[in-house]
Amino acid sequence: MTKTAFSSLLMTPVNALMRIVDAPLRRLQKATGISGMAAFFLAPNMLIFGIFVLLPLVINFVYSMTGGTAFFLSERSFVGGEQYARLFSCVDYLDPMSCQEDAFWTAVGNTFWFVLLQVSLMILASLVTALILNRDLVARSFWRAVFFFPVLLSPVVVGLIWKWILQRQGLLNYILYQFGAEPYSWLTDRTWTFAATIGVSIWAHMGLYTLILLAGLQAIPKDLYEAAEMDGTRPARVFWRITLPLLAPNLLVVVVLALIKAVQVFDEVYVLTGGGPGTSTLYLTQYIYETGFASALRNPGLAAAASILMGLVLVVLTLLQLGVGRRSENKGKR
Amino acid sequence: MGEIKLSDVNKSYGSVHVLKDIDLHIKDGEFIVFVGPSGCGKSTLLRTIAGLEKITSGEIKIDGKRVNDVSAADRGLAMVFQSYALYPHMTVRQNLAFGLENSNMPKAEIAERIGEAARMLEIDQYLDRRPGQLSGGQRQRVAIGRAIVRRPTAFLLDEPLSNLDAELRVSTRAELAALHARIGSTMIYVTHDQVEAMTLAHRIVVMRAGKIEQVGTPLDLYNTPANRFVAGFIGAPHMNFLSAQVVEVDPASVTLTIGGSHRLLVPLAGHKLSVGEKLTVGIRPQHITLASDPGSLTVKVRLVEALGSETVIHADLHGEKLLAVVQGQKQITPGDEVHFSVAGAPLHLFDNNGLRVGA
Amino acid sequence: MGAAARFILRRKGGPGGRGWHWTDIVTWVWLIGGLVIMFGPAVWLTFSSFKTPAALNEFPPSILPYVTSQATVEGYDKPLQLYDAKMPDGSTRVLAEVRRIGIMAQMVDPKAPGEIIRVNINDRTPVRSVSFATENYTEPFVHFDFLRYLWNSVFVTVVATLITLIVNSMAAFALSKYEFRGRNLAMLIILATLMVPLSVIMVPLYSIISTLGMFNSLWGVILPTVATPTGVFILRQYMLTIPDELIDAARMDKASEWQIYWRIVLPLTAPALAVLAIFSVVWRWNDFLWPLIVLSRRELYTLQVGLSIYSGELNVQWHFILAMTVVTMIPVVLVFIFLQRFITTGIAGTGLK
Ligand SMILES: Nc1ncnc2c1ncn2[C@@H]1O[C@H](COP(=O)(O)OP(=O)(O)OP(=O)(O)O)[C@@H](O)[C@H]1O
Ligand SMILES: [Mg+2]
Repeated sequence: MTKTAFSSLLMTPVNALMRIVDAPLRRLQKATGISGMAAFFLAPNMLIFGIFVLLPLVINFVYSMTGGTAFFLSERSFVGGEQYARLFSCVDYLDPMSCQEDAFWTAVGNTFWFVLLQVSLMILASLVTALILNRDLVARSFWRAVFFFPVLLSPVVVGLIWKWILQRQGLLNYILYQFGAEPYSWLTDRTWTFAATIGVSIWAHMGLYTLILLAGLQAIPKDLYEAAEMDGTRPARVFWRITLPLLAPNLLVVVVLALIKAVQVFDEVYVLTGGGPGTSTLYLTQYIYETGFASALRNPGLAAAASILMGLVLVVLTLLQLGVGRRSENKGKR
Repeated sequence: MGEIKLSDVNKSYGSVHVLKDIDLHIKDGEFIVFVGPSGCGKSTLLRTIAGLEKITSGEIKIDGKRVNDVSAADRGLAMVFQSYALYPHMTVRQNLAFGLENSNMPKAEIAERIGEAARMLEIDQYLDRRPGQLSGGQRQRVAIGRAIVRRPTAFLLDEPLSNLDAELRVSTRAELAALHARIGSTMIYVTHDQVEAMTLAHRIVVMRAGKIEQVGTPLDLYNTPANRFVAGFIGAPHMNFLSAQVVEVDPASVTLTIGGSHRLLVPLAGHKLSVGEKLTVGIRPQHITLASDPGSLTVKVRLVEALGSETVIHADLHGEKLLAVVQGQKQITPGDEVHFSVAGAPLHLFDNNGLRVGA
Repeated sequence: MGAAARFILRRKGGPGGRGWHWTDIVTWVWLIGGLVIMFGPAVWLTFSSFKTPAALNEFPPSILPYVTSQATVEGYDKPLQLYDAKMPDGSTRVLAEVRRIGIMAQMVDPKAPGEIIRVNINDRTPVRSVSFATENYTEPFVHFDFLRYLWNSVFVTVVATLITLIVNSMAAFALSKYEFRGRNLAMLIILATLMVPLSVIMVPLYSIISTLGMFNSLWGVILPTVATPTGVFILRQYMLTIPDELIDAARMDKASEWQIYWRIVLPLTAPALAVLAIFSVVWRWNDFLWPLIVLSRRELYTLQVGLSIYSGELNVQWHFILAMTVVTMIPVVLVFIFLQRFITTGIAGTGLK
């Protein structure tokens, strides 16, 4: 009773406000009819959406064809395809260092290897975890939560947690020290740092994919397994012939989702390594960010051109996802 | 006042023509029922009257005022929905009050109207419950109550009883009739249950495929159906239809053959039939009796349903199906040959287009 | 392979009572390992956040926050470090160190400060006690702008979430309960941009924000994020399950369209709104790249930006950074503890984060 009294107290001013809002809206409805009201309800979203998503999407192309360091479009000079030409001007196409924008190609190369390794390892880990969580477990939702926990953490926190663990006096060195190893500065080693960015981003995101895969596993009808058991099917065969094919749509969705995310890797890596040491963990988004805003040699046009190239990759992946989504939807219907 | 007049109303959804040239005059205080097979447009017609759907052409008048462009809220009508459409997050009291609050009625009057309706419908005890905590019958009453408190010019009810079990449906039907007698407002009621239609209606509107087939009192429709469709639709079990041929004409009667050779003399004034013409004869199953003389219709029994007080005989007459409902219990088994008599039965004649021949 | 598959496929109600299979061992190793790896780092960070700067620089580190004990000894100005010293006779005494020369330490007994005792430095260990350095938490609020950052983060999160809920639920209402020309187009546009990430549009978006005068303003952080396609999507799917008859009933009850939205549809969409609200709070609280671009004045930083800037400085004050990281984690951990179920079902249902 007190609870409802409290909530009604809370809602009283809101309801009063809504009544005030209602009067002019009734007049609007009289004037425009019900379909006009549909436009009214849609308008705020479409407005914000148009200004902050669609418009940037469009002017990005214009931007990529202008030069200079100014941000206002009116103060920028048209340069045509110069920015793209700059991105693609290389002496030897196999060696990023021979390109005019070597940082871009380094970032592309780093991102490529990152995506390849991070996605494959993460999906493998997620799949194993999902299969384990799908077993007859005590307190399954607890275990699911365990793997999900890092997903909610902010990338900055993730970066800082691992920076703290990987630093010279950190927990990792301490553990290795117990086994007799000497402390090592992991984050000053190019290879180890690159590996760390992969490991950390797997740590941070695998819970999400585990969750989706687990949902997929649980949607597989139990009677299929019972039928297979009745037929005396060998477990290996059941896995390859029942579990995997039925999980395939989810697996594809998860792979594409993970790809889309991995291509854009930035936040936690930026906090963990800042792109270093050197350019060993410089990824595409950071390149765009630094080229566009942060570096002394700011060049927003170049950043826009690079972001469009990245956008193209994402469009392909998104189309892939829509296709995959459609297919799995059809599967569901059948 | 609650006089509603529809002239030449048409309604299309894109290329789907759902209502075709509807003309209907509903008088104040009348209880009118729309019946027809599923998908014939009953709900759509009701919703156009309510103002929930815009008509494509034609005119709707309420109490002489054209309301084509008046919104549902301002037509002064109330509707009871098939699913009741009670607001699940509000208590019964709030459900009843919602519409009144929207027209800025003083709180005291709202309370008074709710009290009155609750007493009338015996839902006083449930006023502070949510719809989810009520039984189907109780919800149904609340839905009606929500319409009553509004004191509308007319009530629109779209299959309000179809979600109730058979027993409750019968009792609620009686209550509805009593309610109408008491408040006397116009009621427009949609159903596809013809028993509901027959028992409740002053007048029934039979619809098919977006068209009005016939409008009339229940007995009118039963006794003189305007066409084969109405004849088949009203009355249970369905009327038998037998193909017939005119063999003799007279100014005041015709003689037909049915079942190949059986001759029937039908009194019929002012007809334009000629010898050799093919017709359909309609005979209600209740009007067929068992006969012993071999001069009557000889049929082969296919199936016998003994209901105790009456016996339903499914029979076969020269390849045509014939159904008879005879009083009492009979010793007949499938495969028997029996004799049917239609002497004295009201016969309905329909021409090739299914239209009634003669009065 | 067969064994691996058997392990993978053992399910509820499978043949029980066979005792421990090796797959059970793998399962538990994986789960316990997961528990340690997933929670361990955050727990470690939280313990560390209570350590003094001196303790943080120790190697090997201790799990719990220890401080070395000190004592003021008569005749010495500064407090002296206390040690457990092993005496030649094998007994142990608590002594204060005066100075250290080579491998020998000169120590005094705090109760009898007159006599200097010389002890080999390998024979003494510092006296330590567990103590939580809560000043790590209190000081940043005074010395840095952390209170400010906290407020900025809360403001951005709360306002953005409210606007997200209102704007998206209105759009979802229009897209689920009205028939109008261009509805499918609107749906298509929203779906098509479901995957337009910030990294692709940050340069032009920045110029738009500047043009609108929202550079260095929290509104510049808030507005671009509030029209999330995900939000419209989740809410629309839910609103489609509300029967249209309910809305017709409200229209017959003289409700205006706005009232239908506010008094009928919104209350009935509460579960979906709750899910979206939780998501939105987590998203906005965790946002990093966009606030980093839009906010360049210190007093406008959100927690995430502030943290990253401070942690990127040359002379990192880890004791403060760690404590503030813990503070930044708190809302998310609360969400995790109390609302995790909502989120996991939400994600499993939509596949979206
Ligand atoms: N929004 C719509 N768009 C297209 N066609 C519609 C729409 N609404 C109804 N119809 C069509 O209009 C016809 C009449 O529908 P209506 O609901 O009025 O039938 P009904 O007589 O009430 O049927 P029932 O007894 O099953 O309730 C149906 O064929 C239906 O398919
Ligand atoms: Mg209907």
